[in-house]
Amino acid sequence: MKTFPIGGVHPSDNKLSRGAAVERFALPDVAQVPLSQHIGAPAVAKVAKGDKVLVGQLIAEAASFMSANIHAPVSGTVTAVDMQPNGQGVRQMMITIKREGDDWAPGIDLSNDLVRECSLTPAEILDRIKAAGVVGMGGATFPTHVKLSIPAGKKAEYLIINGVECEPYLTSDHRTMLEKGEELMVGATILMRLLGVNRAHIGIENNKPDAITFLRELSKHYAGVVVVPLKVRYPQGGEKQLIAAITGRQVPPPPGLPIDVGAVVCNASTTVAVYEAVQKHKPLVERIVTVTGRGMKKPSNFLVRMGTPVASLLEAAGGLPDGDVKVLNGGPMMGRAMVNLASPVTKGCSGITVLSGVGARRAPESACIKCAKCVQACPMGLEPYLISKLARKGLWERLENEEVTSCIECGCCQFTCPADLPLLDYIRQGKQRVMGIIRARAAANAPRK
Amino acid sequence: MANQLFVAPSPHVHSTESTTKIMRDVVIALLPALVVSTLVFGWSVLAVTALSVVCCVVFEYLIQRFLFRGGCTVGNLSAVVTGVLLAFNLPSSIPWWIVVIGAFVAVGIGKMTFGGLGKNPFNPALVGRVFLLIAYPAQMTSFPQPAGAVADAFSGATPLAAVKFGAVSATAVDYQDMLFGSIPGSLGEVAALALLAGFVYLLWRRVITWHIPVTILGTMAVFALLVALGRGQSGAMLYEFPAFHVLAGGAILGAVYMATDYSTSPMTIRGGVIYGIGIGVITMCIRLWGSYPEGMSFAILLMNATVPLINRYVKPKRFGAKK
Repeated sequence: MKTFPIGGVHPSDNKLSRGAAVERFALPDVAQVPLSQHIGAPAVAKVAKGDKVLVGQLIAEAASFMSANIHAPVSGTVTAVDMQPNGQGVRQMMITIKREGDDWAPGIDLSNDLVRECSLTPAEILDRIKAAGVVGMGGATFPTHVKLSIPAGKKAEYLIINGVECEPYLTSDHRTMLEKGEELMVGATILMRLLGVNRAHIGIENNKPDAITFLRELSKHYAGVVVVPLKVRYPQGGEKQLIAAITGRQVPPPPGLPIDVGAVVCNASTTVAVYEAVQKHKPLVERIVTVTGRGMKKPSNFLVRMGTPVASLLEAAGGLPDGDVKVLNGGPMMGRAMVNLASPVTKGCSGITVLSGVGARRAPESACIKCAKCVQACPMGLEPYLISKLARKGLWERLENEEVTSCIECGCCQFTCPADLPLLDYIRQGKQRVMGIIRARAAANAPRK
Repeated sequence: MANQLFVAPSPHVHSTESTTKIMRDVVIALLPALVVSTLVFGWSVLAVTALSVVCCVVFEYLIQRFLFRGGCTVGNLSAVVTGVLLAFNLPSSIPWWIVVIGAFVAVGIGKMTFGGLGKNPFNPALVGRVFLLIAYPAQMTSFPQPAGAVADAFSGATPLAAVKFGAVSATAVDYQDMLFGSIPGSLGEVAALALLAGFVYLLWRRVITWHIPVTILGTMAVFALLVALGRGQSGAMLYEFPAFHVLAGGAILGAVYMATDYSTSPMTIRGGVIYGIGIGVITMCIRLWGSYPEGMSFAILLMNATVPLINRYVKPKRFGAKK
């Protein structure tokens, strides 16, 4: 069975909500919509306080190529366009909408009918994806139209649909594949048409045998779509790891991109969003969010409108357990700890994971015993013990030479460290610093006009 | 909300591995050899081992408590591992006070001088052993006869010493005795099979990888084969000479348990292979042409000194690097 070539770890998968069918979540009374739900420039608000909006109406427009449109997730009245704290407590520009009913903007097809045929040109497909504000829904929130715009001189050979979901606990992609299999298949066909490739590989780890069997069965009716079962290993869902697992090709170190080895990777939920955008004119206003954790009474998968407060999701899944808790936006390997539970669900929120009791705390660190387990675990072939130490000491030049910018922040090193060292904390800081230095150097060396 | 929210950067989960578990696994891996050694040499084996372990732990505790004035980490069992390994490098007839001195040198000078666990450049147990070997050569090289052994050619010399100083030829050695431990020698070097059982356990528990031990023993075997060929030998000697060198002395103990010590071995697999080849070659040179019958300890300590250099220049294969 295929997998990626170096490193990786085996966290217990804890897919508590794998059997929980997706439930449509109650519409929020007030939706808060951040203007930055993607990587790149924040969108520019197109509405003002007092405006009436319909569901799916454009309320903020992409500020540049590297940005994404944002649409109203509920209908009602805009009550504020101002700075509000996000999940991490950082103030961000948000549009607040007081909900009135559920009226959708005209032209959006809300029926459940499957629309298979697509005769649009690649440029038209790309326009629809861009208009719908689709971004990577696995958590990275990279604007999808940017990813699908192949630079001149490059050629896509492989389309890879990422159904790996290697993060422990999360099941939103898994449920999407089971419940929106046909849509996924059509989405993959549309992407193939857009990219001019004749094959789409759907990578799924073999801890989801039901999804593998189901999609294999469906793929018989879709020419060129292949399901590739993968050995369970974290971080297989990382773009570079998945490409290597499926094609055997390794994306070169930064600034290398997947397209340099002819690969384009699209998350499973994103592929369904592409289907809805292209075939149903439906913008990205709702998504599946897994709400889970050992202490949660009812681990669930909810279909949630963007802007719904996270607290209401937690309430619906049985409420937070007593005592110490850590609430994560995302899974336990790469998710971000939240301080503000009133903050809204956004496009990149694939799950809310609650860790309770001792799981909420970090173990105290002890001395590095040079066991080299971090070196063996690093999927990028780096030496985490070394780059963490260099970052701690502020030795930026050596840090750059040790290729810290290749780090994908997967957390394998820190996960495996027997001394419980906060390796990634320092590596992350060092990487930011070195990337800043590289940018500054490029700017200084750029020819003056 | 009544809950207290914890906040930290990712990752938020951790494997069940810990330093203490790793050290416990090493102790468990050493137990079969301890049992065999006790059967061969009697209860004095347990006495020497217990004394060595207690001394190592106490010295580490005292140094942490009164010199470092910091937290006490003897609970991580690393001093226990040093204690057992030091004992495995001693003859069972060693006087008790030499064990105490050895433990002090191992932990006090070999380990704590550098800041304690993970910071020492040389294997502490070997620092202790080599100090004793130089300071008390007589007591360190007289070995009791194994219980129930036929009093034969060796008469108290290890097979290596016997062959080196010309008492017997390597063909005259009983390989079965070397596998099962019925030979004179220090506590831990006599039972090849028991040590290998521990090796398998360590591999299974993923405490170590096979690269360093296999490289060392492989290098020694190839080296011995080439020497045998160079001496114009043929027939049985071509495999007996390499087999003798792999089984005799502290080769397996050193290769599996001492050379793989985390803080004194390279961080990369490729580095480990270079380090292993170095240990194998130096050991064989000392055994064949040096003044000591056994060279494992010296070879490991010498290669320990090269580890920072190896770590500096030998890098793991980066993802996406050009071939």
